[in-house]
Amino acid sequence: MLKYTNEQIAAMIAIQNLHKSYQIGSNSLPVLKGIDFNVKEGEMVSIMGSSGSGKSTLLNIIGILDEADEGSYHLDNIEVKNLNEKIAAKYRNKFLGFIFQSFNLINYKTAVDNVSLPLYYQGVSRKEREERALFYLEKVGLADWSKHLPSELSGGQKQRVAIARALASDPKVLLADEPTGALDTKTSYGVMELLQQINDEGKTLIIVTHEPDIAAMTKRNVELKDGLIIGDTIINQVRPQLHV
Amino acid sequence: MFNIDRWQEIFEAISKNKLRTFLTGVSVGSGIFILIILLGIASGFKNGTEHQFSRDASTLIEFWSNRTSKEYNGMNSGRRIKMDIYDYDIITKQYKDVLEYEAAGFSKGNLTTSYESESGTYRLVGTMPDRLFLENATLVAGRFLNQRDYEASLKVAVLGIPVAEDLFKEPESGIGKIISIGKIQYKVIGVFQDIGGERDEARIYLPHTTLTTLYNTTNSGSSFLFTLNPIANYDLALAQTEAFAKQVKEKLQKRHKVHPDDLTAIRYNNAVENSKDIYMLILGMNLFFWMIGILTLIAGIVGVGNIMLIIVKERTKEIGIRKALGAQPKAIVAMVLHEAIFITSISGMIGLLLGFVVLEIIGGQIQTEFILNPKVNFSIAISTVILLVISGAVAGYFPAKYASKIKPIIALRDE
Repeated sequence: MLKYTNEQIAAMIAIQNLHKSYQIGSNSLPVLKGIDFNVKEGEMVSIMGSSGSGKSTLLNIIGILDEADEGSYHLDNIEVKNLNEKIAAKYRNKFLGFIFQSFNLINYKTAVDNVSLPLYYQGVSRKEREERALFYLEKVGLADWSKHLPSELSGGQKQRVAIARALASDPKVLLADEPTGALDTKTSYGVMELLQQINDEGKTLIIVTHEPDIAAMTKRNVELKDGLIIGDTIINQVRPQLHV
Repeated sequence: MFNIDRWQEIFEAISKNKLRTFLTGVSVGSGIFILIILLGIASGFKNGTEHQFSRDASTLIEFWSNRTSKEYNGMNSGRRIKMDIYDYDIITKQYKDVLEYEAAGFSKGNLTTSYESESGTYRLVGTMPDRLFLENATLVAGRFLNQRDYEASLKVAVLGIPVAEDLFKEPESGIGKIISIGKIQYKVIGVFQDIGGERDEARIYLPHTTLTTLYNTTNSGSSFLFTLNPIANYDLALAQTEAFAKQVKEKLQKRHKVHPDDLTAIRYNNAVENSKDIYMLILGMNLFFWMIGILTLIAGIVGVGNIMLIIVKERTKEIGIRKALGAQPKAIVAMVLHEAIFITSISGMIGLLLGFVVLEIIGGQIQTEFILNPKVNFSIAISTVILLVISGAVAGYFPAKYASKIKPIIALRDE
């Protein structure tokens, strides 16, 4: 039924002519005004733009947290359109991992329980959940902190737990909304190094940021302004120099 | 559906959110507790009232005689009428089919009753086996008079509890002892109590035949006590008892040559007439306390719903996170409801138990005559808890449903 171009078939994310506007009072405020955007598997893309440029809205639509008014969106060759809550939840769980600026850990759950939560919703057994959660916690360097509550962790550690949680369900794409927005520079670079390492292993990453130094650590830089893409460049990835 | 993972989630949420759990539990538990206490007091009040107003069987019809107040057939007024055992036999024979309980009573005072060094003067009542039911009395020990005592004029006595206490200290220890009443010895066969109080208790029941034979007053005045076979419908019962009482009165007036309009010679009291008030009073009280109970229950349901709403509001962000991580809407609803039902059931049961314990402790110590034996029907109490849990779940369902529809993007929005 659907006809794909060759480019679309290869793309993990294929977006065409995406429109989105928000209703504020009686006025309609257009946020996205026709976005065409493709991401191939294994890419690490940063989306930049000033506040109000529509970068977070775009990320939310990619994350099936929000719906577009117009245009098409294919995630791993599946059209995302008019999904009911049940299917949307399934897709989010299966395809996507989220990393938020404010971490969004559940404050009464330990690190390992936070990480295993997506697996709980996949119906994975408790024992296996715990094993896999510990594996990812170790990957982010927090194996020793698995039994700690978020309130006992530093900001950088919280974001690492959140990254482990995003990885736990082995999603196709990781979406990060200002992942370093609440962290100091040194911690930010540590988090970015971890994200680069995850990308090196083949995971597709999309990172929304307004910090140029963070954007420079990705492989491709997309710039948004007033709801339109004004720049899309492949860049030379900068590796953070932590120990200098 | 028993799902161990979901239970683990619930227990984790409960144990990590102690204040929330505690507040929910307290409000539900205290609601049930108050309801149980209220229902208990209501039933105690009802028992007390019934007790207060039913000194005798509530359908008792009693006949007694006195002096005439009208001349009749050439006889002066002021003539003393004495109903006798022959009157009684005629009535009981004629109305055999409709009478439930029947007894004649013959009273005698002024005789000293003694046992060893203890003695006192009590009213002696010669009567028949059915008297126990007619007086609405209950046996504390031993037995009441039976047909054989009556027919053989045995010298046996049933003592009221204050009499037994005077003579024996321990009422039960009097059974089988020999007491003397005016130089004649009687064997004590039973001790009774009568909620009619002192007037009905400070007396000794003897077989009617024994008393009338001993004091040679076979034909002396007696009172007659009857109840008719019970009829559920109040109006029918009233009509039947009134018809019965009037017929008997006419018959007695004829036999004793009393003017048909004489108001004092032959008199009767039909307790059915007055029991309408008791019936209405108890009905009214029941209604009143049920109203209070239902209102308490409604308040409880609203309270539970309110708490659920607050819980869902408080957990909005958490719900958003869970949805972003792939929780399906029904998983959210199940989580919220499961926790709510679990907490309301547990705390409801605790409130129920506490209510019962407090009723048990306080119930025994209440001294007022208006509250007696405040108890709550256990099945009513359990159904109340179940009702509250179900309505709590229903009241919680809507906020939970609302929560499950929150778009994660909105729940996750920073500030």
